[in-house]
Amino acid sequence: MVSSVKAVKDAVVFDLAVQPLRELNQYLHGDLQGVKGVTVENPDGAHSIAVGMNAAVQVDINGHAGYYAAGMNQHASVVVHGNAGPGCAENMMSGRVEVKGFASGGAGASAHGGLLVIQGDAGLRCGISLKGGNIVVGGDVGSFSAFMAQAGTMVICGDAGDGLGDSLYEAVLYVRGEVKSLGADARFEPMADTDLATVKQLLADAGLSHKASEFKRIASAKTLYHWNADSKQTY
Amino acid sequence: MCGIVGLLLKNKALRPRLGELMVPMLIGMTERGPDSSGMAVFGEPVMNSHRKVSLYCGDAGFNWRHLEGALLEFLGDAQFEVKANHCIVTSKAKPDEIRAWVGRHHPSVHVLSVGRSIDLYKDVGLPSEVAARYAFKNFAGSHLVGHTRMATESAVTPQNAHPYTAGEDWCLVHNGSLANPNSIRRMLEKKGIRFESDCDTEGACRYLHWRLDMGETLETALEHAFEDFDGFFTLLMGTEDKLALVRDPFACKPAVVAETDDYVAIASEFHSLAHLPGVKHANIFEPKPSEVYSWSVQ
Repeated sequence: MVSSVKAVKDAVVFDLAVQPLRELNQYLHGDLQGVKGVTVENPDGAHSIAVGMNAAVQVDINGHAGYYAAGMNQHASVVVHGNAGPGCAENMMSGRVEVKGFASGGAGASAHGGLLVIQGDAGLRCGISLKGGNIVVGGDVGSFSAFMAQAGTMVICGDAGDGLGDSLYEAVLYVRGEVKSLGADARFEPMADTDLATVKQLLADAGLSHKASEFKRIASAKTLYHWNADSKQTY
Repeated sequence: MCGIVGLLLKNKALRPRLGELMVPMLIGMTERGPDSSGMAVFGEPVMNSHRKVSLYCGDAGFNWRHLEGALLEFLGDAQFEVKANHCIVTSKAKPDEIRAWVGRHHPSVHVLSVGRSIDLYKDVGLPSEVAARYAFKNFAGSHLVGHTRMATESAVTPQNAHPYTAGEDWCLVHNGSLANPNSIRRMLEKKGIRFESDCDTEGACRYLHWRLDMGETLETALEHAFEDFDGFFTLLMGTEDKLALVRDPFACKPAVVAETDDYVAIASEFHSLAHLPGVKHANIFEPKPSEVYSWSVQ
């Protein structure tokens, strides 16, 4: 398999116009010791590019990725130099995934760790069920983002759609633009110094230059933490 | 799951290549819909006095020559274009007369579409097989609406394949599933509207056409649809001079649009757009939920 892999300086190049996706992913799941970077040419919307990474290497996807790009990522730094389809970086455990364009629905869903940076807009349900990962979105996020997010942080530099942070647990959201509507049990809270420091750090990690003071904090009001038989309309 | 493709050529010089540009789009959606596929092509309209009727017969050995002879005798004047199981009849006759005649004499033949601009093909099989059977690559025209089907709620039959049509020069394809197609069907049937299949999509197609027929604009009809359709849908629609696209309020089903000075191309996934000329510099975006997008032929 390695014989068909072209090494250019330190980077290994896969061209999905002529090489099967499975060959790329099997290579990425193999022993990557000594490999610094892998470049993927002509992704052309293929699904599941660089899923299940488990090594500290850089993967550059030169074009648009389809469903589930960089899902379940551990340790790797994956950059999509284009747009990403649904489920980008879902269930990420660690490492860093960056999308230079927009990401479709469900980006960063249930991510346990790591950092997802989306320079453009994110679709609906971004960060749904977030479990400890961090997400920075340079543009807007669609409706129902951070639904039931349990832990971790989302920084949204643009606007948010309907139902932001519905049924939040311990995850915290920071929004710079307008929020069309908050979901059940989500509320605006004052920004503390620790919030400003968190946002400043995540913006720096994402390479964005907004001021942390422009963001508003959204967290759980915790009214749904305990069952209340008299308030069934709330749920 | 299903796949949707649409292409509208702004650059008139590309119109002879409509089919050639579209076939890789359709085949790119094979994984989303391997059991059947279909294509509505809108070309130069025939004279106002004439109509085109697309006919289909599931029987591969059907004797079209026999139908041609008898129908010509009935109509007096007509042109026929036969491809595999499919025939386009162009004539001055009222489409309903042709429909009734076909129903009487050839009950195995179905009317797929009626209009001045639309030709419609749909059949079971892989998209590549259907495209080859009817020589999709040779299509010329200004715009088209195509579909690859993975059946979920009704049987794999040519009738249940998309696009669906109603009235003249109107078609619709659907990715998703409606939860209330039978309520829509019962409401429309009471108004005398007839159904020809048991697919949920036919309800959406005939509902929107019913509203257009009452004089509503496509945009207004779609605003009503957001209230009356329960379920998941990305819908792509074609008229004689327009493509229109909507996604349900939850954007459950994908869609991506690439627009250049030469064309507007729509697909369920970017994979089907990657081959298009100039796509690397196209304006690529995801349509937002509950918004009506439409593009007109210049």
